[in-house]
Amino acid sequence: MSEAILMRLRHALGEAAVEQDREGRPRAIPDSAEAVAQVCGLAHEQGWRVRIEGHGTWMPTDAPADLALSTRGLSRVVDVAPADRVATVEAGVSIGVLQRELTAQGAWLALDPPGRPERSIGSIVATGTAGPLRHGFGPMRDHILGGTIVTGDGRTIKAGGHVVKNVAGYDLTKLQVGGFGAFGVVTQLHLRLRATPAASATLVARGERDVLTHAARALVDQRLAPSAMELFSPALAGEAEWVLAVAFSGTDAGVADDIAQVYLDAPASWTRLPPDRATAFWNATARAALSGEISFRLGVFADGQDEIIDLLAEHLDTGLVSAGPGGGSLRWSGDAVVEKLRILRHLAAEREIPLTLERAPWPVRHAFGHYGAYREGVGALVSKLRSTFDPDPTFAVALEGAKHG
Amino acid sequence: MIRVLAAEGLPWVARGAGTGLSGGALAEADSILVVLTRMNRIVSVHPARRRAVVEPGVVNARLSEAVLPFGLHYAPDPSSQSACTLGGNVAENAGGPHCLKYGVTTNHVVELEVLLPDGSIARLGSPHGEGWGPDLVGLFVGSEGMFGIALTITLRLTPLPAEIRTLLADFETVRAASEAVSAIIAAGIVPAALEMMDQACIVAVESSIYAAGYPVDAGAVLLVELDGGAAAVGAESIAVQALLMASGARSIRAASTPDDRARLWQGRKKAFGAMGRIAPDLVVQDAVVPRSALPDVLEQILAIGRSHRLTLANVFHAGDGNLHPNICYDSRDPDLTRRVHQAAREIMAVCVAAGGSITGEHGVGSDKLDYMPMIFDADSLAAMCAVRRVFDPSQRANPGKVIPLHHCNEWRRGPLAAARSGGSPR
Repeated sequence: MSEAILMRLRHALGEAAVEQDREGRPRAIPDSAEAVAQVCGLAHEQGWRVRIEGHGTWMPTDAPADLALSTRGLSRVVDVAPADRVATVEAGVSIGVLQRELTAQGAWLALDPPGRPERSIGSIVATGTAGPLRHGFGPMRDHILGGTIVTGDGRTIKAGGHVVKNVAGYDLTKLQVGGFGAFGVVTQLHLRLRATPAASATLVARGERDVLTHAARALVDQRLAPSAMELFSPALAGEAEWVLAVAFSGTDAGVADDIAQVYLDAPASWTRLPPDRATAFWNATARAALSGEISFRLGVFADGQDEIIDLLAEHLDTGLVSAGPGGGSLRWSGDAVVEKLRILRHLAAEREIPLTLERAPWPVRHAFGHYGAYREGVGALVSKLRSTFDPDPTFAVALEGAKHG
Repeated sequence: MIRVLAAEGLPWVARGAGTGLSGGALAEADSILVVLTRMNRIVSVHPARRRAVVEPGVVNARLSEAVLPFGLHYAPDPSSQSACTLGGNVAENAGGPHCLKYGVTTNHVVELEVLLPDGSIARLGSPHGEGWGPDLVGLFVGSEGMFGIALTITLRLTPLPAEIRTLLADFETVRAASEAVSAIIAAGIVPAALEMMDQACIVAVESSIYAAGYPVDAGAVLLVELDGGAAAVGAESIAVQALLMASGARSIRAASTPDDRARLWQGRKKAFGAMGRIAPDLVVQDAVVPRSALPDVLEQILAIGRSHRLTLANVFHAGDGNLHPNICYDSRDPDLTRRVHQAAREIMAVCVAAGGSITGEHGVGSDKLDYMPMIFDADSLAAMCAVRRVFDPSQRANPGKVIPLHHCNEWRRGPLAAARSGGSPR
């Protein structure tokens, strides 16, 4: 079967765009939306199962499939318009490369997802992962203006637009954010940019968790508007105690004023990190999630975070926790068996807290699913939407876990 | 009621205050209007979590008034906010002047209890904003009443800024004002709002009961609002004033009191109403262009107006590149009406050619139906139809809006079948 697929793909895409993975299975590396559509159309026609891959630094490339479709060939930063604050990029561009290119043009994508800088933009969109900057600038969904999507049966769809405000037609891009590839392959994205801030500062405080959550609440109550605010467990921060990190950006005067307010209103042992150490700190905490093979996020308000961290400690461990005390989410990373995850999802659901599996080896994804415990009416809608964008289906995605008794 | 309509197979149109500007809440003769203005309770407010749960008929401004004692507000502020409903805002993904900094409706909706057209309920999203599944809230917001009715809406509330500074700058020409907009954005400053009015609009406002003291001899005025911490606002205000002057501002006036600020804003927010003084009828256009294209596009729009001998007045969200060219006319004159429609189409074509969109905040409704193929190909339109059928298989909710009907059949055939019959757009 693999040989036949290899031949068909080479015929369609050319020799250079096809390789074999470690197990000898075909991997298509198309370099355009048209070529992606060709692969998907062919796979749909032949009944081949397709695994979508980025750079393999976040989600393991282990879903069982007849062929892999890599976005590595979609590696162009198509256009950066600093004056319009918009960039058009292909899905295989890594966040690190993109940020460097933007910085050179005085622009910035206010997004700091967990993982390595090699992570592809497509992976960040598909998994809907956001980092501490979601506090000030919103999650991934708030940064996408539009894009191109290829469906499981090889149709190419344009959604949204490349201007900063647009309500023409239904917002199909939203379905792709956190869709884990179940609703198509994103090939190109139009992203909202911001200007590189004139000034920025990072403050960290170390101590007992409850002291730090109290300080975080004080900052929120004082209407300070940090660009990032995140509480890290000792293991994640690589320190002996919990760490609360706060970042401000803006004008020199504004940032100086914000820092003064922090010292005044949020009692904790604050330290201002020099710029190079601040960058290293945020990068290290972003990468630390990879120390475990599983990451999931929970939707939880600040006033419920202590309880959920205790719940995590009781049923898994407090290992690698990163929580947004000003927002509504918390990420756990580590190692866990499916049965424990199921118990936790159940206990969280009882508290009206959704659990989304962001990253795990295929056996865990397959058994547990990225999502579970759909609320009233949602399961049927998701199922029909999936059939719309991937009839049959072509893509190997465990959106929901396998049924278990 | 929706279950009865489902059983009878009758089409219907959900409607709030009917302030929409794209005809989205207008019903054809065979449709039933489902008016939601009596569902107007603010169900709950959670100040510490910065959330409010409302019914769809709550008027936008009423929510901000209700949460004012907690130092909070609801940020999206369409010009019709004193009348428009939050359910309508959800349907249209409404914007407003302050969306430049704070985002549009979709950035503020976290959870929806939705009544689907078959009479069943779906609970989308969650109060914290982390979903129980894919982002169906994001898909539903802006679906223009074609996916169902949002029965309860959970919204993010935003703290009131510690400091607000409102500036009015006047310019000789629209181009100079547009260049000032670009200069402010290029400097990395994100004002809370950045609005422009041209001379025709200024004159209309100043001749009306909404007179705000705009200089009537100006080619254009810019309303710039900065908000945030006191130090940041102070620094940004100095920087913005320097940029305005460098771009050719004739004078800059800073609102000195809350009343003064309210007056400056009243002129802007009531501008559409003030245009009633120019002519009995008004086409309110809504398009978006990349900000850097503003000066050229505005000149082209004015040229289109001249070539059709029409009175154009521009009032718009300059910071977003979201234009509202308005054409004042008398619909009793058939030749004039024909020229108005021709000019409207030409204006859209100019905006699309500049890389823009046919609507930034008013929606497609029935008004812009014909423009959709200007920006979406057949497969993309067919995909939207297919998504609509997921929520409303019998297509009875707000029929005939957003997507031209003939685009709704292709999806069912599949690309390969279409290719074999020679009809594939791919």
